[in-house]
Amino acid sequence: MLRLTRIFAPAQPVLRRISGADAVVVLGIAATLWALAKLAAQAPTVIRGPDISLDPNALPLYAGLSITRMLAAYILSLIFTFIYGYYAASDKRRERILMPILDILQSIPILAYLPVVVMGLTAVLPIGFAKELSAVLLIFTGQAWNLTFSWYQSLTTIPTELREASRVFQLGPWMRFKTLLLPFGAIGLVWNSLMSWAGGWFALMVSESFSIGDKDYRLPGIGSYIQLAAKERNVTAITWGVLVLLVVIVGLDQFVWRPMLAYADKFRLDMVSSDAPITSWVYNAFMTSRIVRRIRRRIIRPVTEAIDSRLKQLFPVRMDFPQPIRPSLIGKFVMGAIGTLIVVGVWEGIRFLGQVSLNDWGHFLLGLIATFLRVILALVIALAWTIPVGVAIGTNARLARILQPLSQMAASFPATALYPLFLVGLLHVRGGLELAAMLLMLAGTQWYLLFNVMAGAQAVPQDLKYTAQLMGLKGWQKWSTFILPALFPYIATGAITASGGAWNASILAEYTTFGNTKYSTYGIGAMIARAQDKNQYPQLMAATLAMVAAVIIVNRLVWKRLYQTAEETYRMD
Amino acid sequence: MSAPTLLQVKDVSQIYKTGAKAFTAVRGINLTIHEGDFVALVGPSGCGKSTLLRIITGLQQASEGSVLYRGKQIKGVNPQATIVFQTFALFPWLTVQQNVEIALKARGVAPVERRERANALLDRVGLDGFETAYPRELSGGMRQKVGFARAMAVEPELLCLDEPFSALDVLSAEALRSELMALWQSGDLPIKAVLLVTHNIEEAVMLAGRVVVMEKEPGRIEAELRNPLAYPRTPKAAEFVMMVDRVYGTLAGTTQPEHVEMGTAPGQPGRTRGLPEININGLARMLEFIRDNPNHKADIYDLARELSIDSEEAIALTEAAELLGFAVISQGDIALTQTGTTFVETTTLDRKPLFAARIERIPIFKWLLDRLDSAPGGEQWEDIVEELAKDFPAEEAEHQLDIIVTWGRYGEIIQYDDNDGVISRAAAA
Repeated sequence: MLRLTRIFAPAQPVLRRISGADAVVVLGIAATLWALAKLAAQAPTVIRGPDISLDPNALPLYAGLSITRMLAAYILSLIFTFIYGYYAASDKRRERILMPILDILQSIPILAYLPVVVMGLTAVLPIGFAKELSAVLLIFTGQAWNLTFSWYQSLTTIPTELREASRVFQLGPWMRFKTLLLPFGAIGLVWNSLMSWAGGWFALMVSESFSIGDKDYRLPGIGSYIQLAAKERNVTAITWGVLVLLVVIVGLDQFVWRPMLAYADKFRLDMVSSDAPITSWVYNAFMTSRIVRRIRRRIIRPVTEAIDSRLKQLFPVRMDFPQPIRPSLIGKFVMGAIGTLIVVGVWEGIRFLGQVSLNDWGHFLLGLIATFLRVILALVIALAWTIPVGVAIGTNARLARILQPLSQMAASFPATALYPLFLVGLLHVRGGLELAAMLLMLAGTQWYLLFNVMAGAQAVPQDLKYTAQLMGLKGWQKWSTFILPALFPYIATGAITASGGAWNASILAEYTTFGNTKYSTYGIGAMIARAQDKNQYPQLMAATLAMVAAVIIVNRLVWKRLYQTAEETYRMD
Repeated sequence: MSAPTLLQVKDVSQIYKTGAKAFTAVRGINLTIHEGDFVALVGPSGCGKSTLLRIITGLQQASEGSVLYRGKQIKGVNPQATIVFQTFALFPWLTVQQNVEIALKARGVAPVERRERANALLDRVGLDGFETAYPRELSGGMRQKVGFARAMAVEPELLCLDEPFSALDVLSAEALRSELMALWQSGDLPIKAVLLVTHNIEEAVMLAGRVVVMEKEPGRIEAELRNPLAYPRTPKAAEFVMMVDRVYGTLAGTTQPEHVEMGTAPGQPGRTRGLPEININGLARMLEFIRDNPNHKADIYDLARELSIDSEEAIALTEAAELLGFAVISQGDIALTQTGTTFVETTTLDRKPLFAARIERIPIFKWLLDRLDSAPGGEQWEDIVEELAKDFPAEEAEHQLDIIVTWGRYGEIIQYDDNDGVISRAAAA
């Protein structure tokens, strides 16, 4: 159990020092942002939104629509993951380009570029399609990166002898993927899929209920339902909306992810039997069912056999010595074209940024500091309760068995769905927005810390616990010499995810339009959101870049060091 | 020797280039395998025997020279060859049966025939009843049986064994060895020749008809010894012991004059002698054992058996003793020197300065100590690794520094602080 809970943190990129490649990637992002902002300016000025019905009978349809969007984005993420991860892992040179790109892509707060993506797409595509597409794209950016990291990491850690065996026994590309790569990556992929869906829900709620001024970009779905219900203070509808979302999340957990986790346990690489495997009643029922077994034998097996042999012919085994990859002419041409576009985009982007006054830049800097303090505060509050609670649960096996799956479900529940409710409850209070913002940041971050702490507490070797007892360690002494060092790697892992989530949440949390009133507090998130609201594209771009840069720098300078110290000094295994 | 030639390795070298540096894994290898041969490759770790195996099977392309199979140059993985791996390389998520079947499936064998052939092979290696078990439910010996069954499923002509018994306990290894021998001698397998890579000399002499001894730095073939002993071979027999002794003698070599033995300092022209990885207390134990023998002299094979250490460890220990000037080796025998005798006779505490005095003479140590003397605050671990990487491949450079620090710590002349990664001179006691 404990080993698997550790994996329920996103796969961590290899955190490196800031390099030249990073600068190139950031410039590329700036160019893209500029192009999208240019397009966004062409967006229709008035966009009519859908009529959202608060009738609970409409909820199944809305839930279905929301799940479909999630699924579409998830499939897109998987395809991206397989291809990108494979390319990155197959060649050192590609790896040097592709991994920094991924590392930075995942540092970008996704909510920052929602508006430019939506508006840019509506400028060139039919509005209905553009709205759906941009929702899927936004969810995709909330789902894809950690999956890709996990897949890449699995690919690069496959034992040499297994790779050699698959070559000696002439497994072709398809069989290799099916019997070696996919099973090897399975556990990481499943756990990260859970994470991805949590991140996806977060993004979905926002993109479904997004609108700026006269432009209503909302989509029929659970997110827009809850938001409207909160706006109209319709308690019945709020309750139904949250309830249905809860049912969907718990249902997915019980009927999809738990069975998947139980199934993935088969793909553990260690050669010992697990003493506490993940169990799922659905999976057990499924596996012991006679009908299922018959279907497997009569239908599934012959069909896979046919598919396997077809794909084997399609992708034949290559027996020759692999030759070093040389960039083809077309490849060079494409790279050249991309390079030219980036240069043009960067040049135009810089001119664009020239419109931002020095005064604004000063505000961005102060805003960064304000938001950073909020992020830190959210982390401190989260740690203050998760460490004692997590240790209490983690050291009690019975409690852990019950509460661990629960905390995983809680983490899947999107804080963004609750945000309208926080606002309704708090906006009339003094400093209410500040409080709501903190709550949103907390709600999105604390769970990762909690189950990382639990996992850390469980991972302390029994011998060490006995030793601490024998030495009579108590109180602060016990915590400082024994418990905290043991937790440290786990806290560091959780904190990286948590702080990323908090930065992202700040855009939504610090500035909000509710009803006809705008509420805002001082911070970089508010500045990004305000620029979105007022169509100030140069400012939007500048503030977004400032946040991206800040996140990257903090990641590299603070978390990287903590994480490495943790890995090197405090590892218990 | 009229049997047809199966495999010919001609002037094969494997050179790894990283930037401007180049390291030779193996150099100038020539080897011929005929039908009916059972050849064992033995040598110390780092001699490139696994690299050679990968070149022969076509998993790896040699940077120079050619590999001919039945007279034709191989252009990739050789479909007539197969490997049994040290770590079994079974797919943990496939059952025993599926693990064997996968090799057949890859060759397009239909499901029904696949099952029958896999079953027959599993019966043959004594795994009937375990078809639906997963590898993790099996003991090491049984896992390797699956490895053998899978290898034989593809009906190879050349069976390559890469240290197949070294991850097993002694009893399982012994059992599996005799089963392999029985299968091989029964002659009803399509296998035409076997190539065994091992560091276990007894194992090589037990099984092979020809023992190829490799040396390291650079990896090369030192000698080919014919093993004429009739099967079944018994380890207690006098001829057997003599044969093992011969291999040990070839492998351990003869102590050279000191300047040759010790090589040159890193960065200097000439060969930099790497340090063997040993357990220092084990070294003392071995020297004590030799002292207790008549004339302070022991047979290396005898010594390995008496101290119950495997041949790899025995070779590493004798090499260290030789390098430190505690012993001299010739013709498979090791004898204490005057220094060696003094070392053994003194107390554990007094051994340290003696050990320190000896390692200070080794060029690689002298070089490091000079550097540390001119850098009062000590030096960074990474910096020294980088320097060593001019003479060793990157991984080996790291490994060498590990050994240096361990020896230096034992001799109390070097200290290393893991927190800041600084290596420095130990303060005089």
